[in-house]
Amino acid sequence: MPADFAADTAPGSTKPDAVLTVDGVFRKFGGLRAVDVAHLEVQRGTITSLIGPNGAGKTTLFNLLTGFDKPDGGEWHLDGGTLVGIASYQVARRGMVRTFQLTKSLARLTVLENVLLGAPDQPGERLSRALFGGWAAKEATNTEKAFSLLDQFGLTDKRDDYAGSLSGGQRKLLEMARALMVDPAVIMLDEPMAGVNPALTQDLLHHVKALRDEQGKTVVFIEHDMDVVMDISDWVVCLAEGAVISEGPPEHVSTDERVIDAYLGSTHGDHA
Amino acid sequence: MDVGKILIDGLRAAVGVPAAAFAVSAVGLNLQFGYTGLLNFGHVGSMLLGAYGLAITVDLGGPMWLGVVAGIGAAVLFGLALGYPTLRLRADFLAITTIAASEILRLVFRSEFARPLTGGVFGIQSFADGFFALNPYPDGVYGLGTFRFDERQLWVMTLGWLLVGLGLAATRRLVYSPWGRTLKAVREDEDATASLGKNVFLIKLQSLMLGGAIGALGGMVLAIDQQNVNPDFFQPIVTFYVYTIVIMGGAATITGPVIGAVLFWFLFEAMDGFVGAAVELGWLGPWFDSTDVGPIRFAVFGLGLMLLMIFRPQGILGSREELMIDAR
Ligand SMILES: Nc1ncnc2c1ncn2[C@@H]1O[C@H](COP(=O)(O)OP(=O)(O)O)[C@@H](O)[C@H]1O
Ligand SMILES: [Mg+2]
Repeated sequence: MPADFAADTAPGSTKPDAVLTVDGVFRKFGGLRAVDVAHLEVQRGTITSLIGPNGAGKTTLFNLLTGFDKPDGGEWHLDGGTLVGIASYQVARRGMVRTFQLTKSLARLTVLENVLLGAPDQPGERLSRALFGGWAAKEATNTEKAFSLLDQFGLTDKRDDYAGSLSGGQRKLLEMARALMVDPAVIMLDEPMAGVNPALTQDLLHHVKALRDEQGKTVVFIEHDMDVVMDISDWVVCLAEGAVISEGPPEHVSTDERVIDAYLGSTHGDHA
Repeated sequence: MDVGKILIDGLRAAVGVPAAAFAVSAVGLNLQFGYTGLLNFGHVGSMLLGAYGLAITVDLGGPMWLGVVAGIGAAVLFGLALGYPTLRLRADFLAITTIAASEILRLVFRSEFARPLTGGVFGIQSFADGFFALNPYPDGVYGLGTFRFDERQLWVMTLGWLLVGLGLAATRRLVYSPWGRTLKAVREDEDATASLGKNVFLIKLQSLMLGGAIGALGGMVLAIDQQNVNPDFFQPIVTFYVYTIVIMGGAATITGPVIGAVLFWFLFEAMDGFVGAAVELGWLGPWFDSTDVGPIRFAVFGLGLMLLMIFRPQGILGSREELMIDAR
């Protein structure tokens, strides 16, 4: 059940209830303007896909919005609060968590420890509490939550293995489970399906939809597989050479001349 | 060659004061290097500050407890001063900064202008009388044959191994806590840890400061034992002894640093006896005489370390499985 909302389909259009707004954010690498977004709004409670040929600046935009890279200009707001100059860990605490295109599993932590680390409210992460106690009860409830996430992502059998022993696809799943443990309002997934076993992809898509439908979360989703994008998205934003060239419902964007041109003109020959 | 005596000398060293003091120090470095992945190459600086904090305070007429507080405080501040500017940068900056800072400390402490406070190249002596006045052991020698300690040594050993016990208990508590989990997470991947809302900079700073405080305690034990602090003891090589100990015992294991320290001092002492006897018996031919014992011992030690790295890189207690994990 896609989220219903009306917005016009011009690039940079306003949304009735935007959770994330981006204004004039740009980032240069040498002479290259890797990201140059004039205006972008993400509607709350939707699955918004970010597409675009390789090198379009999707990952860089994620890095900028989540504090992992600093833009050369511009501002952006989460739920009305500015995120300019906010450190990456603070962005996560304010409710926007991202995953990485190149998976970053914490290899020599167990799968369960990876997920537990995501818990946002563990007092035992303070040095004094760690020494003098008073965190076991919270750990127990966190562990229950972690078990249920691991179960959803089919990682229950692996929970005591080192994360470094997982396959590439399993690492993607773990990274998503870990991010969900933070319980963010907005979750940004950078190519979460890449390398995941096709049998699991359907499951994953199901989970992503459930995040929206059951928990009211906003999902921003970078994906290369057009079938997936068409199936899952409420809204699609296409980036090319750092700028938003088209946005709208999936059917609109997939038939947009500018989008087709961008993909065909892509020197990388990536026909995602 | 008196193999029995060589082994017993080795054993004496293995349970003696330096082994205990280095074990304490290694517990601190293990927290930084083993669990957090911080390349602190200036650990000896914390030991120096612990030793001098105590010695200077008492020398100025203060009580010993205040000296202990001063030593720990100085080491914590040292960690803060080193970590604050460097921990946001790439890991190698910490390594370079710490090794330089520990040398600067040593050179400043031995300099002429610092002499009124630090005693310059002469150091400070007889500042631990208060500790020895509390010695509960009656005068005498304890032990069997050549495996003997006098009451003073026994008293410092008691202190040293007690601190080792406390250090292990604290490590166990910390590394199995959520805080300890954040340390390991930072070691594995800082970006991933930050993406989950953890303040990576603070975690590294805490680890550096706490490890420094523990290192300071190790330095104090050495200083108390000698009733003497001297800047030239605190050379960079001491940091690398502690690294050897941590790696040999097994980095990121709880008791590894202690096993490592015991083994290190056993080998160090036994090797001394063995090489000395070998030279005397002419086993090393006409090319080496007794003045070469020290260098040969180090060379053999280095060779041993290389073999360890080749055949058991995870150390004695470390798990091979963990080491072999591809940390992508
Ligand atoms: N750290 C960097 N230094 C220099 N150039 C970069 C860096 N990161 C990304 N780029 C460049 O910025 C552009 C956008 O990259 P990226 O955001 O990874 O694209 P996408 O995720 O859409 O495939 C590419 O041309 C890439 O080469
Ligand atoms: Mg990318």
